[in-house]
Amino acid sequence: MKLVVVSAGLSVPSSTRLLADRLAAAVERQVPVEVRVVELRDLAVEIAHNFTNGFPGRALAAALEAVTEADGLVVVTPVFSASYSGLFKSFFDVLDKDALAGKPVLVAATGGSARHSLVLDHALRPLFSYLRAVVVPTGVYAASEDWGAEGLPERIERAAGEMALLMTAGAPRQRDGSAAEAAGPVAEAAGSVVEAAGSVAQRVGAVPGPARSVAESTDSGFRVIPFEEQLAALRS
Amino acid sequence: MQFGIFSVGDVTPDPTTGRTPTERERIKAMVAIALKAEEVGLDVFATGEHHNPPFVPSSPTTMLGYVAARTEKLVLSTSTTLITTNDPVKIAEDYAMLQHLADGRVDLMMGRGNTGPVYPWFGQDIRQGINLAIENYALLHRLWREDVVNWEGKFRTPLQGFTSTPRPMDGVPPFVWHGSIRSPEIAEQAAYYGDGFFHNNIFWPADHTKRMVEFYRTRYAHYGHGTPEQAIVGLGGQVFMRKNSQDAVREFRPYFDNAPVYGHGPSLEDFTDQTPLTVGSPQQVIEKTLSFREYAGDYQRQLFLMDHAGLPLKTVLEQIDMLGEEVVPVLREEFAKGRPATTPEAPTHRSLLAAAQEPGAGEEVSAA
Repeated sequence: MKLVVVSAGLSVPSSTRLLADRLAAAVERQVPVEVRVVELRDLAVEIAHNFTNGFPGRALAAALEAVTEADGLVVVTPVFSASYSGLFKSFFDVLDKDALAGKPVLVAATGGSARHSLVLDHALRPLFSYLRAVVVPTGVYAASEDWGAEGLPERIERAAGEMALLMTAGAPRQRDGSAAEAAGPVAEAAGSVVEAAGSVAQRVGAVPGPARSVAESTDSGFRVIPFEEQLAALRS
Repeated sequence: MQFGIFSVGDVTPDPTTGRTPTERERIKAMVAIALKAEEVGLDVFATGEHHNPPFVPSSPTTMLGYVAARTEKLVLSTSTTLITTNDPVKIAEDYAMLQHLADGRVDLMMGRGNTGPVYPWFGQDIRQGINLAIENYALLHRLWREDVVNWEGKFRTPLQGFTSTPRPMDGVPPFVWHGSIRSPEIAEQAAYYGDGFFHNNIFWPADHTKRMVEFYRTRYAHYGHGTPEQAIVGLGGQVFMRKNSQDAVREFRPYFDNAPVYGHGPSLEDFTDQTPLTVGSPQQVIEKTLSFREYAGDYQRQLFLMDHAGLPLKTVLEQIDMLGEEVVPVLREEFAKGRPATTPEAPTHRSLLAAAQEPGAGEEVSAA
């Protein structure tokens, strides 16, 4: 499975990237994943140009594709002016609005003090709810003092555990489509994840049902409803 | 292969002088550009359609009718006709009328329009854009092919016993292209009808254009109109030329840097690297345009945007002279090389009429 880590840290080295790496490593210990890191700092100019041009540059296009094809995301932002950074938001602004539908997303943030820890629930969680992602119940916030205190490693482990469950619950469902079967074990394994697993089931529901055919071509990657059906839907 | 000019019809200040042309000047400039296109041997002139400032061409058939009266060979087209906010009945009537006046030198490119507020001004909703394009065109298609139409749909008043007049010239409707930048649904629609697909690639990198055209070609074959290679493809492009490429870059840079559509974003160099924009010598324009075939296949129509970024009319006319004298003759020759005999030319009134008169072909034209 593919785990993509989106880090919006700006300094090198950055505590945001440090937290991102810790989270990715923790997920990796629980499930076999191939980790790819997307550093938004390197894409800052292309992201800005995407707004003015309407299309992504080459490196940004590759990053957007990686995120779209991931089985799960770890997203980490520094807190700027009481919210996620503008660069972090801009990346998700240029991403297709359906790209994260049904995808497990672990949200995390870093800040100078613990006073902004609710940014996870007041800013990140609504953003990814809007994008119809399945947000992992435990988010991880790391203030400067957390790097020398107890608690952070435990939160990382708990979040990674939930993430691993959601990723493994999602995968077989996409293959055989039996949402109930896959949701069962998840529900037993972690009560707190049940609700989120329900949203994973919606991912399957969101895919056009078996009666719906799809027009596609070998190389373009486009999938659209065949014309006759699109026209017929207007007449019904 | 057809070569031509398409104009957006924007009123843009010249950034080097600060002067903004009047609407009247801009309208007359568009006509002068169309006449110049015919004079230098180009095949097509297409005008945009817009219903908001800073654009002037709200009434394309008025302009094209005037151009038709002053030209003899030029095919008159649109880039695009708003199939979403126009009444399809009025499109059927207006363009059939234009077709008669222009002796068949008319085709159209359907487009949706991407300006949200325009839709409610015409009683529509941009969120229904694709559905409007599908339903309105389905009606337009029938109005041009059936003498008496009974019709009911979601978006327009029903019709009982309606005959759109005048009937299309010789019973052959104008050829239709469907223009889209990023909606595969429109490529699917073009493929379904066996109509042309125009990918307006001017702000897009090659790999995106390649995907859209590939999808259209595959679906064109799926619907039984021919092989994927026989699908009817059009592309855009925009250029600025001088004999020496450095002179072209020096002269165009202030226009690029300040134009509403280009400026204040990527550099001229990045933009020319990633999109069809070519700023350089005629030879560079030739090379870049020939490269389109590498990812779009042999295609039928190449339209150039020449009156962009607030360039003064005098400069635009010089550009079209160079295009007609130095660029297009070479492109015609080069594009013809290696082009399979089975690859069709862009349909014209004459070719469509001939096809309709072939034994067994009448059915499709009268009853499709």
